[in-house]
Amino acid sequence: MLWICLLFAILGVILGYAAFRFKVEGDPLVVDIEALLPQTQCGQCGFPGCKPYAEAIAQGKADINQCPPGGEVGVKALADLLGLDAKPLNESFGIEKEKKVAVIVEADCIGCTLCIQACPVDAILGAAKYMHTVIASECTGCDLCVEPCPVDCIVMTAIKPSVLNWQWPKPIPNRH
Amino acid sequence: MFKGWNLKGGLDLEGHKDLSRQYSINNTAIPDELIYPLVDRSGNVLTALAKTGERVLKGQVIAGSKGVQGTLLHAASSGLVKENEWRMIAHPSGLKSECLIVATDGLDECCPIDEPVDYRQLSAADICEKVHQAGIVGLGGASFPTAIKITPNNVHTIDTLIINGAECEPYITCDDRLMQQYPSEILLGIQVLLRALAIKNCVIGIEEDMPEAIEAIQKAIECSGFNQIQVKVVPAVYPAGGERQLIYLLTGRETPSQGFPVDIGVVCQNVGTVMAVYQAIVKGQVLIERVVTVTGTGINKPQNMWARIGTPIKDLVSQCGGYNGPNERLIMGGLMMGFSLPDDSVGITKATNCILVATSKEVTKSSEAEIQPCIRCGECASVCPVNLLPQQIYWYSQGGAHQKCQSFGLFDCIECGCCDVVCPSHIPLVQYFRASKSKVFLKRREDEAATLAKQRFERRDTRQVQEKVAREQRIRVKKLALVKRQKESVSSSAKMQDKP
Repeated sequence: MLWICLLFAILGVILGYAAFRFKVEGDPLVVDIEALLPQTQCGQCGFPGCKPYAEAIAQGKADINQCPPGGEVGVKALADLLGLDAKPLNESFGIEKEKKVAVIVEADCIGCTLCIQACPVDAILGAAKYMHTVIASECTGCDLCVEPCPVDCIVMTAIKPSVLNWQWPKPIPNRH
Repeated sequence: MFKGWNLKGGLDLEGHKDLSRQYSINNTAIPDELIYPLVDRSGNVLTALAKTGERVLKGQVIAGSKGVQGTLLHAASSGLVKENEWRMIAHPSGLKSECLIVATDGLDECCPIDEPVDYRQLSAADICEKVHQAGIVGLGGASFPTAIKITPNNVHTIDTLIINGAECEPYITCDDRLMQQYPSEILLGIQVLLRALAIKNCVIGIEEDMPEAIEAIQKAIECSGFNQIQVKVVPAVYPAGGERQLIYLLTGRETPSQGFPVDIGVVCQNVGTVMAVYQAIVKGQVLIERVVTVTGTGINKPQNMWARIGTPIKDLVSQCGGYNGPNERLIMGGLMMGFSLPDDSVGITKATNCILVATSKEVTKSSEAEIQPCIRCGECASVCPVNLLPQQIYWYSQGGAHQKCQSFGLFDCIECGCCDVVCPSHIPLVQYFRASKSKVFLKRREDEAATLAKQRFERRDTRQVQEKVAREQRIRVKKLALVKRQKESVSSSAKMQDKP
């Protein structure tokens, strides 16, 4: 009896030490969910960024079909990860659109810095009363800068097809 | 007869080489315009180094790309640099891209060239630097910068130089002609490369259906006494001239999946590249022209020609007697691995080895045949020279499971097109594989962009928190100072009241 008690005590100490020594920082599930989100940081899901949305999904506070930029593919990937059934995108959060890039019409910009403050990924350059510009390669196309602009000089433009982003088309099968 | 390793799979294709192989390489006239795209096929962007309106000389550097794989581009004739224009370029997309355009003045005035030096006096580093300065890239089609391939590194030990003279694609004869006409120059080029690599071993692989080239090279070896250079005849099987396939045929060494020939101690260079190295080191000339086979049943006088890089295809075609009727397709590169061009205004690049003017004789099968479902006959797997299972990759590609395609060796596919040819259901397998590769690359780019966006978002978040804390701290300090001042003023006014 005494031996068993002693054994349990020792194991308890080992377990306690392991829990302390090998503690996992953060919630691994949140990390996995976040890796599947498009990192647009657009807030269309109702949360202020992809990480807060990932946390909400992990806690069961949000559904998996609230991310329009991720689209159906994203919903399916989340469903696979979480062992849920895939479902169509909830359109009350927006619809899946082709990715665009924000462009500032430089002649109209008054240098108010409001868009710079709105950009979630610091992709807009400029200073007060000086013209601003979008770093196209860093822009996630989240739309968040469009609304605050007092002179409506930000346009969301489609990404131009070029030899650098061109893709081989998939053949069209002609089945009868 | 061939004594060596056997290529698995491959096809015995009709060569159609007699259209152009018996005529010697012709020189070409200076075109009115030279067109240089400011992006290369691997997606590197070139920066124009010549200004608009500037007069450039033949051999002057006009553009260059940065980075490890950076290369230089030289003007192929003298003339004025026009304003950059968006033109059709040599790219399978058929899209326009920004091009630097030189309006030639017909004087063909040369840049002062370096005094030719004895290559035996040059160090390996000097040779690599000169090769880089001459803008030499692999002329076999991949356009990989040659200087990088021959620069010694500490990781790999090279023991063999392989010269690719196995021109396995139907119709193309430019390397064949080069070997027939310039064997001693090619041997000198090989000597230069051997010196740069500090090795002695060199094997030239030539296909058995090029007897004149084999004879010319062998004779030149006897005359020059460069006996360490071996000629090995390889069977005329397509794609024996693929880099990895030829290395295996000649040495029995297999290039690892996702690896490079240097991993197995081999450097492989195309015959055309060796010629360019000879011209750069021995003659001091930069790479401004190459041999192009202009051929096909749709052209009047098929032939090989020394064409300046940037020459519009229509200029070459008109010097070959023009088209002889309506053409089915204009193909750059070979029939198997080339791509169709939308029109003949496109300028040739360093990678252009062949212009094929194809009539209905050459391209009916693939364009008119109806795609039928895969019957899993396995023909594609038996001809695949890389031991892949094309039917399996096709299956996943069709379903959009691009990750799964990768686990079945998608990126080991050399896009030789053997599977397309034998498929009884006429499935354009290679196009499926290319589409899948595009999708995988796109996914990689998107993932990289997402990681970057995440980092920037997180940094912005921490910065905002820090700013908030700092602001609160400032307010607290100010409040404390205010309270202190008020206290002081109260106490001083109390003192004032006390005093009188």
